[in-house]
Amino acid sequence: MAYPASYRYTREHEWIEVQGKTGKVGITDHAQESLGDIVFVELPQPGSKVEQGKVFGSVESVKAVSELFSPVTGTVLEVNKELETSPEKINKDAHSAWMLKLEISDPAGLDRLLTADQYEAYVKEETA
Amino acid sequence: MRYLPKSPSERSEMLQEIGVRSIDDLFSTIPGEYRLNHDLEVPPQRGEQEIVEYFRQEAARNATGYTSFLGAGAYRHYRPVVIDALAQRGEFLTSYTPYQAEISQGTLQAIFEFQTMICELTGMEIANASMYDGSTAAAEAAAMARRITGRHHVLAAATLHPEYREVLTTYARQQRHDGAATGADASGAGALPYDANGRLDLAALEQRLDGQTACVLVQSPNFFGVVEDIPAIAELAHKHGALLVVSIAEALSLGVVRPPREADVVAMEAQSFGVALSYGGPYCGVIAAKEKYLRQMPGRLAGQTRDAEGRRGFVLTLATREQHIRREKATSNICTNQALVALMATIFLTVYGRQGIRELAVQNLSKAHYAARRFSEAGAEVLFAGAPRFHEFVLRTPEPPEQMNERLLEKKIIGGLPLGRWYPELGNASLWCVTELNTAAEIESATGLFRHAREGILTRA
Amino acid sequence: MATEDTGKEAAIPFEGKRRKVSSHPSQNEALIFEKSSPGKRAYRLPPLDVPEADPSALLGTSARQDPGMLPELSEIEIVRHFTRLSTWNYSIDLGMYPLGSCTMKYNPRVNEFVSRLEGIAEAHPYQPESLSQGALGILHLLERCLLEITGMDAITLQPAAGAHGEFTGILLARAYHQAQGDPRHRILIPDSAHGTNPATAALCGYEVENLRSNSLGMVDLAELEHLVTGDTAALMLTNPSTIGVFESEIHKIADILHAKGALLYMDGANMNALVGKTRPGDFGVDVMHLNLHKTFSTPHGGGGPGSGPVAAKKILEPFLPTPVVVEGPRGEDGRATLRLDYDRPRTIGRVRAFYGNFGMFVRALAYILANGPDGLRQTTEDAVLNANYLRSKLEDLYELPYKTPTLHEVVFSDRRQAQKGVRTGDIAKRLIDYGFHPYTTSFPIIVPGALMIEPTESESREELDLFIDAMRQIAREAQENPELVLTAPHSTRVSRLDEVAAARKPMLRYMPPDGAVGQ
Repeated sequence: MAYPASYRYTREHEWIEVQGKTGKVGITDHAQESLGDIVFVELPQPGSKVEQGKVFGSVESVKAVSELFSPVTGTVLEVNKELETSPEKINKDAHSAWMLKLEISDPAGLDRLLTADQYEAYVKEETA
Repeated sequence: MRYLPKSPSERSEMLQEIGVRSIDDLFSTIPGEYRLNHDLEVPPQRGEQEIVEYFRQEAARNATGYTSFLGAGAYRHYRPVVIDALAQRGEFLTSYTPYQAEISQGTLQAIFEFQTMICELTGMEIANASMYDGSTAAAEAAAMARRITGRHHVLAAATLHPEYREVLTTYARQQRHDGAATGADASGAGALPYDANGRLDLAALEQRLDGQTACVLVQSPNFFGVVEDIPAIAELAHKHGALLVVSIAEALSLGVVRPPREADVVAMEAQSFGVALSYGGPYCGVIAAKEKYLRQMPGRLAGQTRDAEGRRGFVLTLATREQHIRREKATSNICTNQALVALMATIFLTVYGRQGIRELAVQNLSKAHYAARRFSEAGAEVLFAGAPRFHEFVLRTPEPPEQMNERLLEKKIIGGLPLGRWYPELGNASLWCVTELNTAAEIESATGLFRHAREGILTRA
Repeated sequence: MATEDTGKEAAIPFEGKRRKVSSHPSQNEALIFEKSSPGKRAYRLPPLDVPEADPSALLGTSARQDPGMLPELSEIEIVRHFTRLSTWNYSIDLGMYPLGSCTMKYNPRVNEFVSRLEGIAEAHPYQPESLSQGALGILHLLERCLLEITGMDAITLQPAAGAHGEFTGILLARAYHQAQGDPRHRILIPDSAHGTNPATAALCGYEVENLRSNSLGMVDLAELEHLVTGDTAALMLTNPSTIGVFESEIHKIADILHAKGALLYMDGANMNALVGKTRPGDFGVDVMHLNLHKTFSTPHGGGGPGSGPVAAKKILEPFLPTPVVVEGPRGEDGRATLRLDYDRPRTIGRVRAFYGNFGMFVRALAYILANGPDGLRQTTEDAVLNANYLRSKLEDLYELPYKTPTLHEVVFSDRRQAQKGVRTGDIAKRLIDYGFHPYTTSFPIIVPGALMIEPTESESREELDLFIDAMRQIAREAQENPELVLTAPHSTRVSRLDEVAAARKPMLRYMPPDGAVGQ
């Protein structure tokens, strides 16, 4: 699956789609692929603060738990409630199954993220 | 050695095939200086007859042939014989944790049935596959409440079983909640006080609840046998954003006592359901809760699912909460349940069933109330007489209970548990438990001896 | 060549001596709730010999109105229900159970018999000490035997399971450091450890520090030296390790820790490889737990009850959980009167109500008595012999990532079979079709695709050979017909179950079709 060019990516396999001062965050198709069937997503409460590179939640498959790392620093505006009951949406379309909407407090942090091309190259390198 | 299925020649042939000269070659990685070069000093090998004889002799040095009025977290109930007949089947007794679902459906379905029955009895929505015992279940439930609320203080009632309170303190203190488990001090200091009826003092509770309280932890029926006002306690706890954890030490009470439906978590000891007293263990703890707390619940869970052909089957599920996956981030380090004991409880509940559990509970209730009345008529003071009780009651006697019990022992009666160790403020108090195993005649002889002793004391005075 | 087949599978001719199983029907059985109908009963209480109480009058608003949805059946139906369920389980009584690190050994029946003797099974934990001398005698003798076997100085039997023992042991270490005025914050754990170790350390409020294994799968001494500081409370070490290898430099490990004031905790999960051959107390261990259900033959019972005694050196004795059994004056029979000592001001407190899983102590002691010193040693030797025999017969077909001599278990990897897409979990499931319980899969995590095999001493050469034939057959199948292995098991009453659906939409209790649940 192609990585949307308008998104930015982390080395921990999260994406962020920025619109003005807010951003939507999810995990990449590569991440869902390696996790396998996702059965549960644990997300923070709206209003809580997240920090670039720090853990904000976790995703679970049947036999593994992976932590989620925030691409930027900011405040959680909204979490995707749908994923509570239908975590399989992440497996179906990882790049539209957003987890958090954030208010970005440090836009400069975005510059430290990877572009789609860079991320794709990074994944290739990692799986090689 | 009769458990070892090898002849000497088989052993030497196998060594040859491995390509070593002697068995010691296989232990060569153990440095010589640490190798044991003599026999362990343990008793010599014994045959089955001698083993049975040894344990018979030890058993004879315990109480046998006594009438007992002991309870206090370990209850005497009749155990239908089918429990052992079924639980001793090798397929239950000698199987491992059912991780390989295809060849463990028996254990898994039985656990699923157990979980269902526990939900029905406790009024909770989910129940786990069992925990070590009631005391550790209570401590784990408190830890669960801390995780859910993000708060640290646990307000435990002084009428929570004193040994449960000690376990709670051990767990809390070592998790660096020092000073936070205020209600859980082993001495009872700081615990939520009880009122004149032996029930939780609601005014004191209200005063102690604050934004730091993770949960209120009460036992019901409590250590004095008194049933707590669960709806009122729940309302107070919830008003302050705290959870209510209800500990149940006498599971059979649920046959007549309304389930603590307003609680958030129930931590129960299911020993009464067909589990032998066995000098304190193994017993059968279990945690039940509201479904929304599922992810924070410790312990194993069996869940229903289907196989590729659409047949119903069961698996251990939600394992990501557990230690073997989450390691240091697990909900608990618990790694076993009490599967075989939970199976015994499941069989017990099936034997008595919907009518029998109630009938049995009513017998316990009836006998205990009759005994309390007879003691009262014989001149003993029944404390907390105005409160609803199940099958235990606290007696206050003119003489120390230890002294009274000595005399009862001469008539082969084990009297109530002296409470001075934990509740010195109650004076000469002891906790009596009467179950379906105590006959009216036994109750008469105990109260008769008491009356006799009391008259003796009065005469001397 | 054996000719039995298991029906639908497109079999590759079985090349072993004899196939252990052929299929036989198992009976279907509904949930107990689905079999219930109102008015059936399996009990009869004696007539009530006191006036019957009215629950509503006595309990008021606390009286229960509806007993809930408990089943109603006759006795024969109950016996058949649970008997049928039991036939769906594999068990040691049916055959070899090669689960690495779980030590599935024979559970002697005399253990069950003596644990049910009246004076033992019906002993109340609060009955007077004068009427508990038999129970205390059993506790005391088991304690002395375990101290002799481990070479330690002090012991508590209170912990209810291995993980509970770990918790208790780490609390002892913590209390010790605190008493020295030196509370420490870190615990070192090798990456080969059981998951319980880090979970325990975290539960006790410690920061967990990971210790990488060296290329032999053992503790890397240089790395250890580097990581141990004045803030290290203890190292939690499994010895022999989870790949079944004895840490030959154990004394150096102990020295490095002790030089910095840290303690050596030994996870005794694999003690069955050491009994009668060496003693942890002699090689520098400060505190350890034992699993009575592993080393001392108490039954696993489908996942419990366990029992996890903790043995420690003298320096930790003041901190043991209360109560402890102590000897009093000698009675007329020359035996010391035993009593429970609660007055221990430096104790860590209780970890469980009462005195532990006493019923398991009875069984473990019966096992020790049946063995004696010579039997215990022979047991250890046979366990190690069996593991090495399997290793020698399978290492040509399965990859052996660590070639170090192994004791009681052997860890292979699925590297060769994985080239055909067959992973350790698939091979394990295929074993079921050959009449064996799977070995432990995917553990220890330092071996990718691990096959962790522990035969225990309870297997005869005949059973081992049947297992070897099955494993060799599966290795061939993985090369020639991987699909057969990937879709295994083929002979069980249910095939692979949908664990994803179970976790996504958990169904954790039975719901009657009409939805009428509880009150």
